[in-house]
Amino acid sequence: MKFSLKSLWRSAALAVVGVGLAFGTVAPAAAEDAKVQYIPLLTYRVGAYASSGIPIWAGIIDYFTYLNKAEGGINGVKLVWDECETEWGVEKGLECYERVKHGKDGSPVPILWPHSDPIAKALLEKATADKIPLLTLNYGPTESVDGRVFPYSFPVVLSFYSEASTAINYIAQVSGGKDKLKGLKIVTLYHDSPYGKETQTPLALLAKTYGFEDIQIPVPHPGNDQTAEWARIRQIKPDWVFLRGWGVMTPVAIKTAAKVGFPVNHIIGGIWSSSEEDVRPAGAVGKGYLAITTYPAGSNFPLDEKLKKYVIDKGLSNLKDPKSFGSVYYNSGLVDAIILTEAIRTAQGKFGNRPINGEEGQWGLEHLDITEKRLAEIGAVGLAPTLKLSPSDHEGGGIARVIQWDGEKWNTVSDWIPADTDLLRPVILEKAAAYAKEKGITPRNADGTTN
Amino acid sequence: MSSIETGSPAVAAAPAFASGSPNARGLALALGGLAALVLFVGVPLVGDDYWLNAILIPFLVMTLASIGLNLLMGYAGQASLGTGAFMATGAYATYNLLLRLPDLPLPVSLVLGGLLSGLVGVVVGLPSLRIKGFYLLATTLAAQFLLTWIFNQYGWFSNYSSSSSISAPRLEIAGHDLSSPAGRYLLTLTSVVVIATIAAKLVRSETGRTWMAIRDMDTAAAVIGVPVARGKLSAFFVGGFVCGIAGALWAFAYLGTVDAGSFNLDRSFQVMFIIIIGGLGSLVGSVIGAAFIVLLPILIDRVAGGLLGGAIDAGQLENFQKVLFGALIIWFLIKEPRGLAELLARAVRWLRSPARS
Repeated sequence: MKFSLKSLWRSAALAVVGVGLAFGTVAPAAAEDAKVQYIPLLTYRVGAYASSGIPIWAGIIDYFTYLNKAEGGINGVKLVWDECETEWGVEKGLECYERVKHGKDGSPVPILWPHSDPIAKALLEKATADKIPLLTLNYGPTESVDGRVFPYSFPVVLSFYSEASTAINYIAQVSGGKDKLKGLKIVTLYHDSPYGKETQTPLALLAKTYGFEDIQIPVPHPGNDQTAEWARIRQIKPDWVFLRGWGVMTPVAIKTAAKVGFPVNHIIGGIWSSSEEDVRPAGAVGKGYLAITTYPAGSNFPLDEKLKKYVIDKGLSNLKDPKSFGSVYYNSGLVDAIILTEAIRTAQGKFGNRPINGEEGQWGLEHLDITEKRLAEIGAVGLAPTLKLSPSDHEGGGIARVIQWDGEKWNTVSDWIPADTDLLRPVILEKAAAYAKEKGITPRNADGTTN
Repeated sequence: MSSIETGSPAVAAAPAFASGSPNARGLALALGGLAALVLFVGVPLVGDDYWLNAILIPFLVMTLASIGLNLLMGYAGQASLGTGAFMATGAYATYNLLLRLPDLPLPVSLVLGGLLSGLVGVVVGLPSLRIKGFYLLATTLAAQFLLTWIFNQYGWFSNYSSSSSISAPRLEIAGHDLSSPAGRYLLTLTSVVVIATIAAKLVRSETGRTWMAIRDMDTAAAVIGVPVARGKLSAFFVGGFVCGIAGALWAFAYLGTVDAGSFNLDRSFQVMFIIIIGGLGSLVGSVIGAAFIVLLPILIDRVAGGLLGGAIDAGQLENFQKVLFGALIIWFLIKEPRGLAELLARAVRWLRSPARS
């Protein structure tokens, strides 16, 4: 008993020291003193989705390193960052958010990447209250396309609604026109989570408009056994399968499809089923699989030359596996970083070349205009899409391309395909209005001013 | 800041002291009053968003869920892996009450949501009249999967939101907006203190003695005339009720928005680990266990980050933290298989023993 008491006291003392060490808040220096721009990274380098996370942050960090080394940061303001591991989990994501939201050493948070659909949804209201814009590339709550109701949420480039619509439009293209959609059976195999369900509303609407049959089949998380689902698909004999997967679910789907004899080249993966990490584990049977993307794979964009010169060849890359250079996820990290830094640059144009805070970052995003010319300067033509945002349009795109796996690499097999924005936007606005009503929010005007 | 750490167990520990001599009771009351003052007034004044949102609110909600499971499993001996399902029921029930009967005050909706969850608990508990132990575990497991699936499957529960997630309507009591971190903290803290007090009374009442008799040996209890069936079902009702309130608070006071996935099997296991590590059949154990499971990983993360910041690959560091956390659990359970509450009780006995010099 004596012994355990001693150890109790010892652990108590240790705990007190630990608490002091860990939670003792460092008094932040005055904001004016900061000469650097802090960018917190909510990472998932461990857990079920680590294989996609690791190349994403490599892309982001390599781009930051390049900016700092080659261009001296953004207009002379160097970037600093640190990581907080979320494991893609909401609770950890919230903890990280609260930890980083006040910035670091006096440098505020200009824009935050939640890097997870559930975290983005959980932060929606908190970030609005804290005036920190959430930048969610190709995911995030679709309603927040309406920036008048959601001033601090930016589901840029491709919302889930647009994703579904571009997939259907691709099917229409290869079938010979939208009138050929009539009578087709299209199965959506989705991850049974809020993320996976986001395309149900637009697909139901598109099915009604074009006359195809919309069949929804859920796959329970994480999706490592789909025998029952594909047996059902085999019975249904659909013309196409739209695969809204995530993580391990995608390769399992491709493998199981091959096993039951469903043609892999009639499966279209969603935006989060479109990476090398998704198809390589499926092996040879993945050949012919299609997917939607907004950041094609490849390492011969002009930006890649600059990255090689200043980062990769100097041994400064965050990438452990050099083979991932130019992979879809690495490139998605680059596109993420380009959009964020261009928004900061835009904000600096109005507020001065200094660290930008969340409110200014929001202004920067709402006035972001990445033109073809600017993309050429960056060296990212064909890698990143052009992007013009406004207070009433936080998506700014709604276009995607289709890529096909040839067993070794992805090949782009379509031009940019636009979504049926005119058809979908009223539904999105309706949802946003319902949200505004439920929460008692007065939407801003189209130019961003309040009444 | 560390005063907050020691403050919260003190309140829950107060009933334990209260059973002593009149002197001790006076001391306990004074201590309890002081702790209440610190918790209800001091913390909201001093605590920043990080402390309230990321540390204290989840800790308090997990404490509540653990009290619910501890009443059911630690006191009444009915093993359950359905905690997540009860929490989900509470969350979805409260959400629908707030949404569809907007005139009901928040506390009423919260309690009604808890009651609905308690009724679900009774239904889930019906097989306990025939089976026990691991077999009962399997039926509660079925409830865990079935209920979360239902909430996910049928749009009505989430008001046909596109992703079947629910988010809190405005939180207010009598016109006071509770959506600030301090407001949500006070809502959670009040719920925990009220329920913990009731639970402490309950386990010392006849119902509590019935539960413990059933736990220790239900055949013997039946022989001496203890109403076994009623005891088991009442334990499921109370456990479901408390877990339901915890679920509603998890959804509205902590996360702000949830889907059924937030209340999956992992959550049930987490709560079960909390009471095993904290101490089965001990309310104080629920508090300490929740502190251990919720706060220690964050602490390890911060200490490791502070000491080794940037020197080691972030992914490796995270894995190392998991190893360390697992090792700590094993070490604690070998040193003290009856939970951290027993360790504390022994320390208290030692402090109070007159022979000490």
